Amino acid sequence: MATKTAPEGGSSLSAIADNPKYKELIAKRGRFGWVLTIIMLVVYYGYIATIAFDKSILARPIGSWKMSWGIPVGFGLIVFTILITGFYVVRANNVFDRLVDEIKKEAGQ
Amino acid sequence: MIRLVKRLALTSGLVSAPAIAHAADVIAPTQQQPTNWVAISMFGVFVLLSLYITRWAATRTKSTADFYVAGGNVTGFQNGLAIAGDYMSAASFLGISSQIFNDGYDGLIYSIGFLVGWPIIMFLMAEKLRNLGRYTFADVASFRFAQTPVRIFAAFSTLLVVAFYMIAQMVGAGQLIKLLFGLPFNYAVIIVGALMILYVLFGGMRATTWVQIIKAGMLLTGATLIAVLVMAKVGWSPEELFSRAVQVKTDLATAKGADAAKAAKDGLSIMGPGKFITDPISAISFGMALMFGTAGLPHILMRFFTVPDAKAARKSVLWATGWIGYFYLLTFIIGFGAIVLVASNPEFLDAKGALKGGGNMAAIHLANAVGGNILLGFISAVAFATILAVVAGLTLAGASAVSHDLFATVFRRGEADSVHELNVSRATTVVLGVVAVVLGIAFEKQNIAFMVALAFALAASGNFPVLILSLLWKGMTTRGAVVGGFLGVTTALVLMILSPSIWKDVMHHKEAIFPYKSPALFSMAVAFVGIWLFSVTDRSGRAAVDRAGFDDQRIRSETGIGAAESSDH
Repeated sequence: MATKTAPEGGSSLSAIADNPKYKELIAKRGRFGWVLTIIMLVVYYGYIATIAFDKSILARPIGSWKMSWGIPVGFGLIVFTILITGFYVVRANNVFDRLVDEIKKEAGQ
Repeated sequence: MIRLVKRLALTSGLVSAPAIAHAADVIAPTQQQPTNWVAISMFGVFVLLSLYITRWAATRTKSTADFYVAGGNVTGFQNGLAIAGDYMSAASFLGISSQIFNDGYDGLIYSIGFLVGWPIIMFLMAEKLRNLGRYTFADVASFRFAQTPVRIFAAFSTLLVVAFYMIAQMVGAGQLIKLLFGLPFNYAVIIVGALMILYVLFGGMRATTWVQIIKAGMLLTGATLIAVLVMAKVGWSPEELFSRAVQVKTDLATAKGADAAKAAKDGLSIMGPGKFITDPISAISFGMALMFGTAGLPHILMRFFTVPDAKAARKSVLWATGWIGYFYLLTFIIGFGAIVLVASNPEFLDAKGALKGGGNMAAIHLANAVGGNILLGFISAVAFATILAVVAGLTLAGASAVSHDLFATVFRRGEADSVHELNVSRATTVVLGVVAVVLGIAFEKQNIAFMVALAFALAASGNFPVLILSLLWKGMTTRGAVVGGFLGVTTALVLMILSPSIWKDVMHHKEAIFPYKSPALFSMAVAFVGIWLFSVTDRSGRAAVDRAGFDDQRIRSETGIGAAESSDH
């Protein structure tokens, strides 16, 4: 059952909690996750707030075109959302997974 | 008649209120369409394929792990497609493309709102969910807490979200099928209910996932094809597409009697934000419901347990975000393509200049305009398949909440054997399927816009705060989780009833008591404050256990040590 917190040998858990690599992992990944979250929130609510306070900004045409600035901005936001998600995965694969593997090895898992 | 059209446009709640008001002015009465045999045979092929998959899945569905999470062996790529499939409902395809067809740029703002929740799920939740959970998100939310009260809350909240989401899908299904295939409403709803029960009952999560993956592939292929054909018609130039769309809208305004200056302004209005975002509070509240509601939808969260480990969970979110983002880019091209190729073509319009078949049909007519009857049939079949797959996923989420959270954990205190639990799941599936059909038929005449909005707001105000704080905040206790969660859900429900979409439109009061479009900003605040307040003041013995459990929970959530195996056999 998912209710059992400790795997076999609860003592290995406290050893993990004291492992400097575990501390490094949660500090690094925690900070990284929150920084990216805040960037995403600022970008999205910045976009919404721009529209809520002045619609004409994004309706402005690009040069002599009919296309408005809102279109590259909106498409850019979609692409940005995918890229920032991908950025997390790349860093998790290269940095966090290695730390997790080392922690597991040291805990004899 | 206006009501019928409104209901259609609102099928998914994916069209904003102003867009509806606008659509209602210009849309002609909707009637059953002539029987479309190409569409029906293509759909028949899909149904046969899906039943074949169900038979294959049934032979491999023996344990609870098979039933709930497809044995836990779905790859990151497959799961990403399945999640995207759950998210790209027929409603978002037809609803958003029609909103762009009517109002232009506003549809893009709306689709962006649906996308931005995914990175947040990735950064704060996805890996931890996989490491802590086994079958349902309640496994995670109740990990270090007293099982009974937290599971009861989670099951209640899951069933509520599933019910509202499901009614919207069923009514939408009936309406769409009536239009696309020329079948009567009740038949359509019963067909959806019966097929969906078969998938879930015999094939469990394995069949549900594969039906979803195939449908996602069909939808992405169909949408890509339409978008490519549209771009070919405008010489691959986006500026050509936009300037022709502005021209069409200008001509339409002129034809309606606007003077040159007004007509030019109307034409250009599709290139910028319009009526969708009114006041900042509504905009932010609505944005929060979309963003955080996604992270609380039980049928989406459930998919994180179908992959073998945290790495695959991460990969699923990236694939899902990629496919959904790509799909919204296509939808934008499709919406503008429809302005150019459908709005100016009398073949698709009735005597009053409105779309034949109702306001949501822009993408369907466009398929006909660029690809003839074959593409039309294909896209119609995809729309039906989409609803079927989404409803199956919802049913499975509801059935898991009843059998795994309520029956096995609450009533049997974790002592239920796998066979017994599976039987309860299957019985619940049948009951939920029948209830879905009955509700779908009962709500045929109701305005259902608020239901999807409500489902997202409820998920953002109940499941999400409980889940995220249980993962991140050591001080949270059982009491805080249960009281705060219920407060959030109740607030969302009450504010929604007092909001314009119910208080004014449904109950016919003069002024809405709660003036904003979405309750999420307020109900989420109530949930977070409630959880905090009832946790910090909790001095019980249980509270000490809850807090003491955090460090071990964190080790498992961060490293995966002790996480449930991908398969239990």
